[in-house]
Amino acid sequence: MIATLLGEAWQAMLANRLRTFLTALGITIGVAAVVLMVAIGQGTQQKVIGTINSMGANLLIVNSASARSGGVRSGMGGMPTLTLGDVAAIHELAPTLYASPISTGFVQLVYGPNNWNTSALGVNTEYLELRDWRVERGRSFSESDISSATRVVILGQKVVENLFDSEDPIGQVIRVKGQPFTVIGVLSQKGQSMDGRDQDDSIIVPVTTAQRQLLGGPFRTAVGMIMVQAESSASLNSLERQITELLRQRHHIREKAENDFGVTNMTSVAETASEVTGMLSLLLGAIASISLFVGGIGIMNIMLVSVTERTREIGIRMAIGADRRTILTQFLLESIIITVTGGVIGILLGAGLATAIGKLAEIPVHVTAQPILLAFGVSVAVGVFFGLYPARKASRLRPIEALRFQ
Amino acid sequence: MSAVIQLDALSKDYFTDAGAVSVLKGVSLTISRGEFVAIMGPSGSGKSTLMNILGCLDIPSGGAYRLDGTDIGTLPESELARLRGQVIGFVFQGFNLLPRMSLGNNVALPLVYQHVGKSERLTRAADMLSRVGLGHLVDSLPTRISGGQQQRVAIARALVTRPSLILADEPTGNLDSHTGREIMELFQRINREQGITLVLVTHDMSVARYAQRLVYLKDGVLAYDGPVAEFQGVTA
Ligand SMILES: Nc1ncnc2c1ncn2[C@@H]1O[C@H](COP(=O)(O)OP(=O)(O)OP(=O)(O)O)[C@@H](O)[C@H]1O
Ligand SMILES: [Mg+2]
Repeated sequence: MIATLLGEAWQAMLANRLRTFLTALGITIGVAAVVLMVAIGQGTQQKVIGTINSMGANLLIVNSASARSGGVRSGMGGMPTLTLGDVAAIHELAPTLYASPISTGFVQLVYGPNNWNTSALGVNTEYLELRDWRVERGRSFSESDISSATRVVILGQKVVENLFDSEDPIGQVIRVKGQPFTVIGVLSQKGQSMDGRDQDDSIIVPVTTAQRQLLGGPFRTAVGMIMVQAESSASLNSLERQITELLRQRHHIREKAENDFGVTNMTSVAETASEVTGMLSLLLGAIASISLFVGGIGIMNIMLVSVTERTREIGIRMAIGADRRTILTQFLLESIIITVTGGVIGILLGAGLATAIGKLAEIPVHVTAQPILLAFGVSVAVGVFFGLYPARKASRLRPIEALRFQ
Repeated sequence: MSAVIQLDALSKDYFTDAGAVSVLKGVSLTISRGEFVAIMGPSGSGKSTLMNILGCLDIPSGGAYRLDGTDIGTLPESELARLRGQVIGFVFQGFNLLPRMSLGNNVALPLVYQHVGKSERLTRAADMLSRVGLGHLVDSLPTRISGGQQQRVAIARALVTRPSLILADEPTGNLDSHTGREIMELFQRINREQGITLVLVTHDMSVARYAQRLVYLKDGVLAYDGPVAEFQGVTA
């Protein structure tokens, strides 16, 4: 019986091809919009989380100067309060953990006729481990590079491209802020950082060298920030408390006074970012759902017209034995077929568009099964919801009234 | 002889903007199995109203209608649908075929609602079409055939569920007299050979003569009920 009714519903739709097409189009557009928007939202979420995670796992960042807002600051704004002594103290506190100072500044590089402006990071030997960065060619710093503040430098890929034409940079001497530095290594490619900077456009030098040779003013003795890696995400919070306590002591901060430093837990930043971008997905999906809703109203409208047009037909069917439930099922099936057909096309269209946009516009998109299944379910639900009223209307007719209808 | 139809003081009122109109004013009538009854009467006398109630397409306002002994006034709509599908076959003046469906599917449609399987539906429909002389038109559309042929298809559709009662409201009303005679001969055969009870409405005395019994309705009451042959007309 259902098979027969399906066949009849299909016939009825074919009898009104253009109308069926336009009605289904409303659903197609709605579903495509939902799939596309959610793909963009989820793509953004993935990218943001990916970039945060690419900083390294389970990181705490201690900022020089107070960071009451909890945001990540470069430490170049206020007076830097952190020192290499602080780094050493943190090491004593937790000898097994990685901790590195980071002092940054912009420097001019010259090699032969080429020059380039980039940011220099003054760090210690543990920095590369912290960030999970690799030296592609050459070597990393040694402890003696740090202790004796040797003029050695590790270059990012972008810097290599701009400074060297085809020769091997390892062992060459470049000028950094006018002073000769020996290139000992080249970093592997890393891409953009969380704040959109090109991470390949930087050089790394021993923090001591940076303090003495490259950075002026207070950074001769202080460091901009300290990055610490906890063993696990579970120990992050206690480590954060310990470091705060330690630095308060070292900086002689009184009982009620505010910290002159800030500790940022990158895992909680990642969680917040994930929440925010999750909200973005939801919001985009919700906005797109409006068009799905409008498509549903289109279905209802057309089904009402169809019921009215076919009142006599309904009367005839009732006169030869169709009961109310069968009439209800017939019209409900029609609206479900329209929405499901429209929905499936919409899913294909949305996923296709998302993929195309991802390729052409470099917007991060991520097509997942979840919104697709959801959109499919929703289009069935839309068919039932908006088809139910017209179908009930059809099934509630008295046979004789339906038959008399002109 | 068991009664197929038993009407007891049946009445029907319509409620319009102009107020209530009494169309049937207490009709009592018993029709036995295998009878062939013609209903006549002036226009507006309530013939169609009566037929629609007999066919369970409409419900009476008062009195009782027993179909095969069951008081239909107590039945829910789903039961009425079952009666329409299994016990009654209705033939309309305007044929009422579904225009986009082939003749075969039109005839098979009532069987869909009786949950008959597809292959059996199609063989029974084809068989029934052959019996009304249209076996060669199974795949044609209703819009491509003549009125007389359409009415044959409608009769085949009414018969396909093997009902015990056929109701026909002016089945020859839209046909010329020659075609009308063919349809009436078909009805007569159905009545005689299959013993199906037949009630039909007509304005045409020559059509009524195919029946055995004549019921004359006037202003919603019975003015004559007896053998066709003895009907002398009704005085105003
Ligand atoms: N749905 C309705 N609402 C109001 N009045 C109605 C309705 N249906 C029929 N009537 C009235 O009931 C009366 C009987 O109608 P009915 O159709 O039964 O007559 P009939 O005997 O079949 O006439 P005809 O020979 O012209 O077909 C008419 O006066 C008609 O106007
Ligand atoms: Mg009539």
